[in-house]
Amino acid sequence: MTLEIVSSVLVIAGAIFAVIGGIGIVRLPDFFCRIHGAGITDTLGAGLILTGLMFLSPHWIVAVKLLAILVLLWTTSPTATHALANAALEAGLKPNVDETEEAPSSL
Amino acid sequence: MTYTAGLVTILAAVWLLLSGYLDKPLLLGLGAASVAFVVFISLRMRIVDDEGLPIQLPAGLARYLPWLVVEIVKANVDVALRIVRPGLPIRPRVIRVRAGQRTDVGRVIYANSITLTPGTVTIDTEGDHITVHALTEEAAEGVLAGDMDRRVARVEGRG
Amino acid sequence: MILAAVVAAIIVTMGLALVRAGKGPTVFDRILALNMFGTKTVLLIAVIGFVTDRPDFLDLGLVYALINFIGVIAVLRFSKYGNFADPDRERTS
Repeated sequence: MTLEIVSSVLVIAGAIFAVIGGIGIVRLPDFFCRIHGAGITDTLGAGLILTGLMFLSPHWIVAVKLLAILVLLWTTSPTATHALANAALEAGLKPNVDETEEAPSSL
Repeated sequence: MTYTAGLVTILAAVWLLLSGYLDKPLLLGLGAASVAFVVFISLRMRIVDDEGLPIQLPAGLARYLPWLVVEIVKANVDVALRIVRPGLPIRPRVIRVRAGQRTDVGRVIYANSITLTPGTVTIDTEGDHITVHALTEEAAEGVLAGDMDRRVARVEGRG
Repeated sequence: MILAAVVAAIIVTMGLALVRAGKGPTVFDRILALNMFGTKTVLLIAVIGFVTDRPDFLDLGLVYALINFIGVIAVLRFSKYGNFADPDRERTS
């Protein structure tokens, strides 16, 4: 019973984050900002829903498979996102910002 | 040799987990054949080394990942609240920072960690400098502070 | 019941991604929406697997996650070079 409550809280929170990310991708003003909206659904939306499902697993192998999907999503999504952002940059799409600045070299 | 043994172990573990059968000779045989084939191809492509199979990393990652997950959750909540607020309070910025990691694997982990954190996306890498698009002032400050950079450098650590 | 609500939420998100895919304006907006649609499909498969009590669906989700990633990279390459060939390598045949 407790597990079901924990699971419900997690999947509902994940669903809320997923929908917010969806709102973000529609609402944010330019392409580079929209990437952040997609980032929300890919990280916390997917993470919370899959973690929530883990608590409902009838067998430990099911939980491990959910973990495998989660690890796969969390490793491939930033790579795909970066490839996309970099391709857009190289195609001449300029981020709509005030200024580009050099960082004081850290470390 | 160490790397080949590590690759065999990981591939075998993945096969056993995904199939879930430990007592069917046919499935185990197919698994062994698949593992042998993949190892053969990997050796032929010469990708079985400290970059293709970074077995030196997990110890450092075990300490880094929990911190990263906490950061991701905090950033998610911040960005999500900004998206649903009526005024859409964002201020996009592009910043360039130095990635202080020694190896390419380290820089990849750093760049991917930045992208994985909502509010910041790595849009370009050249040499040891990376260009980051930040959705808000605070997110940009966070990257400039270099906390994540130092932690990733610690992950690759003693190599 | 709760999982049904989650399925609905995921479908709403997919709809929002489709709105962006339809609006554009650049090809990269569309690919971004496509990528998001793909990850939502993986989640949808996983949740429906639990709703219908058939966790075998997770294997499909795993494969779909892989295909989605490779698909996005492939579409990106196509949009950049106009074909799927390796641009760095001369044709030897």
